[in-house]
Amino acid sequence: MTAPQKPNSFRNGPDETGHFGMFGGRFVAETLMPNILELEAAYAAAKADPEFERELRAYAKHYVGRPSPLYYAERLTEHVRESAGPDKGAKIYLKRDELNHTGAHKVNNVLGQILLARRMGKKRIIAETGAGQHGVATATLCARFGLECIVYMGAVDVERQKPNVFRMEMLGATVVPCHSGSKTLKDAMNEALRDWVTNVETTFYCIGTVAGPHPYPGMVRDFQCVIGDEVRWQMQEAEGRLPDSLIAAIGGGSNAIGLFHPFLDDESVAIYGVEAAGRGVETGEHAASIAGGKPGVLHGNRTYLLMNDDGQITDAHSISAGLDYPGIGPEHSWLADVGRVTYLSARDDEALAAFQMMSKLEGIIPALEPAHAIAKAVEIAAEQPRDHLMVVNLCGRGDKDIFTVAEHLRGGL
Amino acid sequence: MTARIDARFAKARAEGRAALVTYVMAGDPDPETSLDVLRALPKAGADIVELGLPFTDPMADGPAIQAAGLRALKAGQTTAKTLDLVRRFRAEDADTPVILMGYFNPIYQYGVPRFLADAKAAGVDGMIVVDLPPEEDAELCLPALEAGLAFIRLATPTTDDRRLPAVLANTAGFVYYVSITGITGAATPDFGKVASAVGRIKRHTDLPVVVGFGVKTGAHAAAIAEGADGVVVGSALVATLEASLQDGAATAETVQGVARLVRELAEGVRSAAKTPG
Repeated sequence: MTAPQKPNSFRNGPDETGHFGMFGGRFVAETLMPNILELEAAYAAAKADPEFERELRAYAKHYVGRPSPLYYAERLTEHVRESAGPDKGAKIYLKRDELNHTGAHKVNNVLGQILLARRMGKKRIIAETGAGQHGVATATLCARFGLECIVYMGAVDVERQKPNVFRMEMLGATVVPCHSGSKTLKDAMNEALRDWVTNVETTFYCIGTVAGPHPYPGMVRDFQCVIGDEVRWQMQEAEGRLPDSLIAAIGGGSNAIGLFHPFLDDESVAIYGVEAAGRGVETGEHAASIAGGKPGVLHGNRTYLLMNDDGQITDAHSISAGLDYPGIGPEHSWLADVGRVTYLSARDDEALAAFQMMSKLEGIIPALEPAHAIAKAVEIAAEQPRDHLMVVNLCGRGDKDIFTVAEHLRGGL
Repeated sequence: MTARIDARFAKARAEGRAALVTYVMAGDPDPETSLDVLRALPKAGADIVELGLPFTDPMADGPAIQAAGLRALKAGQTTAKTLDLVRRFRAEDADTPVILMGYFNPIYQYGVPRFLADAKAAGVDGMIVVDLPPEEDAELCLPALEAGLAFIRLATPTTDDRRLPAVLANTAGFVYYVSITGITGAATPDFGKVASAVGRIKRHTDLPVVVGFGVKTGAHAAAIAEGADGVVVGSALVATLEASLQDGAATAETVQGVARLVRELAEGVRSAAKTPG
């Protein structure tokens, strides 16, 4: 395969058929197609309506708590500098999206989609969830707006993310455990799609990441871009210039694209996405679709996927339920192929170490998802000069993960 | 290109009845039993056979077909083995149309040009690929037509008159009307609504219209057969096969049980009072 040509802008995707280069598209059953076209039209109308933008901003400010701080992680920076070479050690900032209402970046997207569902007159909302953060955010906004909420969640994830299951139930949502396949996020998405096919007339499917059929990858990205847009002016305020590098963890990739997208055309900004390497990419037990997968078609889009030679999807593995998915958003696949974003991966043990380091150094217990980004951030920061400005997306807080971490560190709480 | 398919619909029409289309999963529960099941279908009265291509993530299928696909994969089924199954069936039966039905990724990984050439050589007549709507015709539909294989499209209750021409544009062989908004093997359809939907599609095309999803018994088949050119039964056959297994392995009842249900369904389509036209 020849390398794709470098485009004039990295921010123009998707095209009108929903493609980012060869990735994306609308690979869905005919039953869903009219609904997807209706959603595309409704989103285009909302996007052009200043009232929608005003409503979105108002709830983001007063209900979600935006803007989230851009915080200079002084002790983490000092820690890196202690073991780095002379004059090395980037200045590390954290984008504190874990301070959002519901504790993660997921709410940015859900707020947008729920406001859109209201415009479309849909009263029944379905969602898939892995770690439960997207499910909690969806249940929260459904409670706020009096909408019916059904969340599909793999049975394995129901077990390892119990606090979030309880939260969703308190918020009035129905959590449906999925027992098919690997019983994780991929299977939850299959079940959500089956529900949607069955109840297509009444139901709005609130997808939690930048994947699925067009228009979801572009729409979810737009709602998450508030992260990068804020970082732009916040870094300007703090340091009077653009950051030099951005780092974020990638499962489906919504927190990452939200941070990256506003900077894609700023050539001076180096951008790193961190996939979950699980027990190591070489072991086959991982969730690193770009490092260990190839282009295929699943859940409505073409993207990098984990699969066997016959095209059967293989189970992903990650200590983090939110990264435990055998695919990645199609725009990331394209950004990897055109070389604008560098994709790395961090293992379970590296994420666990970063989880503890961040807790002890900064008094911030991160979710296991951004712990993957932190693990690679400290490695990269150690190689950079001290005036290098790095932003790590701290996309979720770790409360939900304390049981998992305790299990790994000492066999349970 | 669609000679075998056309001949079967012509034969059914001459007999004043709808065609019976039966679906089983390739390689379920193992490759040899699967061939025996396939052989038994036309003998029991099936006019056209659909052969499922197993996939780990069948997003439009209910529990019966999901489980069938996983059984086949566990028994080592691959796309190459499915094409081999067709080849062996075709060596003994030159007339029964074989339609492959599945999802795009296994075909995409096999390689589209190679898949079409090998399918054609094996004796496949057409294919139904659930996750390829008209918007993605360039992927497989157009190359398939070029290779002389029918690409059979699904029309659904949500496919309105405005969209129907796009759905019918590159379809060949027949049109598959999905009787419900839902997954395979779910609710039984409202037969009155199905009849009017079939009438609506027939105003847009001269192709035969077959109806599937939720058809489980001879009586259902008879009710659908009154207005449609064909009736598709899948989940009920797959569930019957599943019920015959012992610890996941085939028994004497596996082929017999499926054949018995096919005979009941065949009687159903033959007993239906056919609406003229």
